Amino acid sequence: MRIGTAKQSYAHDESLFDTRTQWGWLATLGITLLAFPFVANDYWLYLACLVAINIASATGLNILTGYTGLVSLGQAAFMGLGAYTVAIFEQRFGTPAVLNLLAGGGVAMLVGVVVGIPSLRVKGLYLAISTIAASFILHFVFANWTSLTGGTGGMTVPPANFFGIPLDTSFRLYWLVVPVALTMLVCAANLFRTRIGRAFIAIRDRDISAEVLGIPLLRYKLTSFALSSFYAGVAGGLWAYFFRVVTPESFPLMMSIFFLAAVIVGGMGTILGGILGAIFMTMVPEVLKLIVGWLPLGSEGAVILSPVRTIVFGLLIVGFLIFEPLGLQELWRRVRRFFHLWPFRAQG
Amino acid sequence: MDWLYLLEISLAGIGSGGLYALTGLSFVMIYKATKVVNLAIGEMLMLGAYLMFGMASNLGWPVWMAIVAAIIGSGLGGAIVERLAIRPMLGESPISVFMVTVGLSSVMIGLVELIWTADQQRLPEFMPSDPVMLGEAFIPPKLFYGFLVAAALILIALAVFRFWRGGVALRATASDQAAAYSVGINVPRVFSLAWIAAAMIAAIAGIVVGSIGGLSSSMGVFGLSVLVVVIVGGLDSVLGALVAGLGIGLLEALAGGYLGGEYKLLATFSTLILVLMVRPYGLFGTHEIERL
Repeated sequence: MRIGTAKQSYAHDESLFDTRTQWGWLATLGITLLAFPFVANDYWLYLACLVAINIASATGLNILTGYTGLVSLGQAAFMGLGAYTVAIFEQRFGTPAVLNLLAGGGVAMLVGVVVGIPSLRVKGLYLAISTIAASFILHFVFANWTSLTGGTGGMTVPPANFFGIPLDTSFRLYWLVVPVALTMLVCAANLFRTRIGRAFIAIRDRDISAEVLGIPLLRYKLTSFALSSFYAGVAGGLWAYFFRVVTPESFPLMMSIFFLAAVIVGGMGTILGGILGAIFMTMVPEVLKLIVGWLPLGSEGAVILSPVRTIVFGLLIVGFLIFEPLGLQELWRRVRRFFHLWPFRAQG
Repeated sequence: MDWLYLLEISLAGIGSGGLYALTGLSFVMIYKATKVVNLAIGEMLMLGAYLMFGMASNLGWPVWMAIVAAIIGSGLGGAIVERLAIRPMLGESPISVFMVTVGLSSVMIGLVELIWTADQQRLPEFMPSDPVMLGEAFIPPKLFYGFLVAAALILIALAVFRFWRGGVALRATASDQAAAYSVGINVPRVFSLAWIAAAMIAAIAGIVVGSIGGLSSSMGVFGLSVLVVVIVGGLDSVLGALVAGLGIGLLEALAGGYLGGEYKLLATFSTLILVLMVRPYGLFGTHEIERL
């Protein structure tokens, strides 16, 4: 609770951003995002695009896992679906980028609903493992439907075309990736002010009670799967435009684990958590690269980088789950609360 | 139809199925005692195999000593993992504990790559290599002896469950934790015991798997097939792990033999989804009744 924000209407109480300060910070963020490409170098732009794509996908997974409580380890495979759809549309038809992204999301959504069907009978970890199964089956399709996907060699994707301008550099792509990711974030944040989003939360908290209260589990669980895989599909499409090569090996199980880890580290069931988690997990390897580069290891450094990265990745998951199960978002909330209440202190 | 080919493939499948059953057993042991779904099972196998490799090749110990040391080392590792990472998670949601094991598997892969690099390695030969003929069918010798080891170990494990005090305590904890406490069983110690025993069994399975297919840091993929085995059999059923282990081994071999290697995973995972649709708690798993 914030001091000095008396609310005088329900609309005000429900609004996403309810204080002037928040709007002020939001405006600052907006200006920073607009100015960023003009001051940053290629490396930072590359990272910014990657972070934005990961945020989009992690937010999608957050809808399913964080808000609806259905654990999925198939997020990477759905991204693969989006990426392949975009690649095929771009190669065969040359349709506009936005349309391709929507198509990618749509295809992923359809398959997501099919994959979600077991969730009606299967719960918890059994479900998580059935999504692993689905992602292996998708991987098989990517690798073996050679006439459509180019087999194990994969496909190259022409640069996205935006009214005649090829988006072939990180600078140009930034203007596609970041707005799309932002739109998806705002939609996700608003989703949980609607009936559908509230139903998701009710299902997460106790699915049987939710059903008793009149929430059709079948419809809402499948909706959640559909939305989550739509997000993954669009993020995968952006991924395809970003890396420009799509192969079956681009979307391993490890990537699904990465997104689940991002959601956990950031904080399950909050929009901010998905954002913070995706930023953090994308930046950690880069920071590690810097640290290993500083250490006087010489050529050893390059050799140990990859294993060290794997170890740190695992330790982060374990550490957050044991010591801060609510994730980065909770740390951030604590800092914020300190300033809101200042000069008083929060108890406990 | 070439019957001999079918027979040979089936025998090979049952041979590797024995290893699945053995690893599935160690998985079920952990699940029954502590309700932890251990995704790191494949990496525990890998760690056991690498420990043996390290002792035998890097330190030059005799093979039998290396095997014993690897088994003991893995047991220690299991105890440490249980104490440091699993015990603090008691009472948390199953999903969180599951993710902890995912993190652990990543740590183990990283450690192995750090110490032994990501390259393929070969374990020193220690199994007899003269061909084994069953009637007219040829069985790869390593698979045959691996199966014997697995079968013997499964029998020993079952006997231990049945007759040893610790095994009985383990079964008691599995069937009702509160009741086990009230009759004076030290439940946390049972948890440790389950992890130690499972890690030791996994190490043996890992050594056999490693001597058949070589060592690499991606050996943990074996764990995925084991995951399918225990889900199909039912997470809390020893019988299920054994039956499904042999069944999945056979299925993989048939799919690999008749359709091609890339169909192996497809076949097992399709089976997994089919079984889950029909029997959500696996073939022999307990159906949980949910109450509000």
